[in-house]
Amino acid sequence: MEPLERYRPIVDDFEAFRAACERPLGIAVRVNTIKASVERAIATLEHDGIAYEQAAWNPRVLRLETDSPGSTWASFHGFVHTQEEVSAVPPVVLDPEPGETVFDACAAPGGKATQLAALMADRGTVVANDSNLGRLSALRFNAERLGATSLAVTHQDARNFSFAPLAVDQFDHALVDAPCSCEGTIRKNPTTLEDWSEDHVHSVAGIQKGILRRAVQATCTGGTVVYSTCTFAPEENEAVVQHVLDAEDCRVVDVDLDPNLEYAPGVTEWNDETYDSSLERALRIYPHHNDTGGFFVAKLEVGA
Amino acid sequence: MADDLETNVGQQFDRLPATDADRTVEGRASREAVLEYFEDRFGIPPETFEEHTFWEKGAGKIWIYGGESPSPAEIEALGMTCLRTRQDHWKPTTDFVQRFGRHATRCVVDLSDAEATRFAAGEDQSLEWDGDWGYLIAAHDVDGDREPIGVGLYLHDELRSMIPKGRRRSL
Repeated sequence: MEPLERYRPIVDDFEAFRAACERPLGIAVRVNTIKASVERAIATLEHDGIAYEQAAWNPRVLRLETDSPGSTWASFHGFVHTQEEVSAVPPVVLDPEPGETVFDACAAPGGKATQLAALMADRGTVVANDSNLGRLSALRFNAERLGATSLAVTHQDARNFSFAPLAVDQFDHALVDAPCSCEGTIRKNPTTLEDWSEDHVHSVAGIQKGILRRAVQATCTGGTVVYSTCTFAPEENEAVVQHVLDAEDCRVVDVDLDPNLEYAPGVTEWNDETYDSSLERALRIYPHHNDTGGFFVAKLEVGA
Repeated sequence: MADDLETNVGQQFDRLPATDADRTVEGRASREAVLEYFEDRFGIPPETFEEHTFWEKGAGKIWIYGGESPSPAEIEALGMTCLRTRQDHWKPTTDFVQRFGRHATRCVVDLSDAEATRFAAGEDQSLEWDGDWGYLIAAHDVDGDREPIGVGLYLHDELRSMIPKGRRRSL
């Protein structure tokens, strides 16, 4: 828990933040609208005898009172997918339309890729890419269980993603849910911070910059790129976006979300660095805000 | 002429030909044949798949894709697997049946709650069925509507669950 102390200067109500990080996380599922309406998913959970509560910010996200969400008919039928509540935020921020072509650069194990497909009514293409073959098999398992027919799964290093095997040569949108130091998942996995080091933060930030740059390059003018991590470190969040603002033609835009989701703005100063004032438009979601895990989300518009 | 035809390339997605006459790869099913199978066997109307294309990767493994049609590609997956064709009896996948089986009007066996639970756990069970033998869609009632569970094989008064090991659950 000690590495979190470095965030005392930027986190509002730091003691509440610390206390929330020490509480275990509840179980949340996302309704998979490719297979079932919210009403049908809820009716099936009720038949399973499972109590639920709809998330205030998104009626498709349900908080369940059970320790085994996978052993339910709702899960077996693919009506719901177990997913941390805040990890459902980036696809909602991306807000794709049916028929569009979307790049999910780091897609495994597929919660967000299938959520993108559902938001697109399973029409169009989600190129679900990941560099790790083992995690890709989990992605494919989830995609098939959830009945997504609009996914094209690729196995590449996103930093130099090639369109060669695909018919498309540009994406309408991209999601970069980057590999990160995962500080925001401490409630789910209390050992997350055991291997934390500032060196690791900096090395993973280098990878994040490479992936985000390639995603911006691969997206058409006027298209949107959403960058997200489940960590608090500005080195992996604002600094990565700043790097791409400097290197590519894009800008940070406002996020339009349900007001019931509480968050703090992105930071513009950290240690000896300052970031563009537009980074205040990014979202910092802390565990004490909505009783969830932690997340960072920034929305970029390309070439505008 | 069969000996003019190419052989299937296992690592690559190739779109199914429209009809058997358009076939350039030996043994490959056509879109027409796939739609006929779903209609003849299960009563699923061909219009169900108007916006989908069908692809083969691996001998006889047919995939259904709802996106824009890319050229033949060496990628990991395209949509979802839906059908096995290069065997005596074609066999739909559990995941396809869960997604599209609600359009079926034939060869659907309706299970009680207890039977459905055993089926989802992968158990075989003795059952009366006066329809065709072979691959069936097992379904149960969810909130007043029929919901497909997966593929069953009915033979000799027994319904065998074809739910893959990784998909079985104790419910």
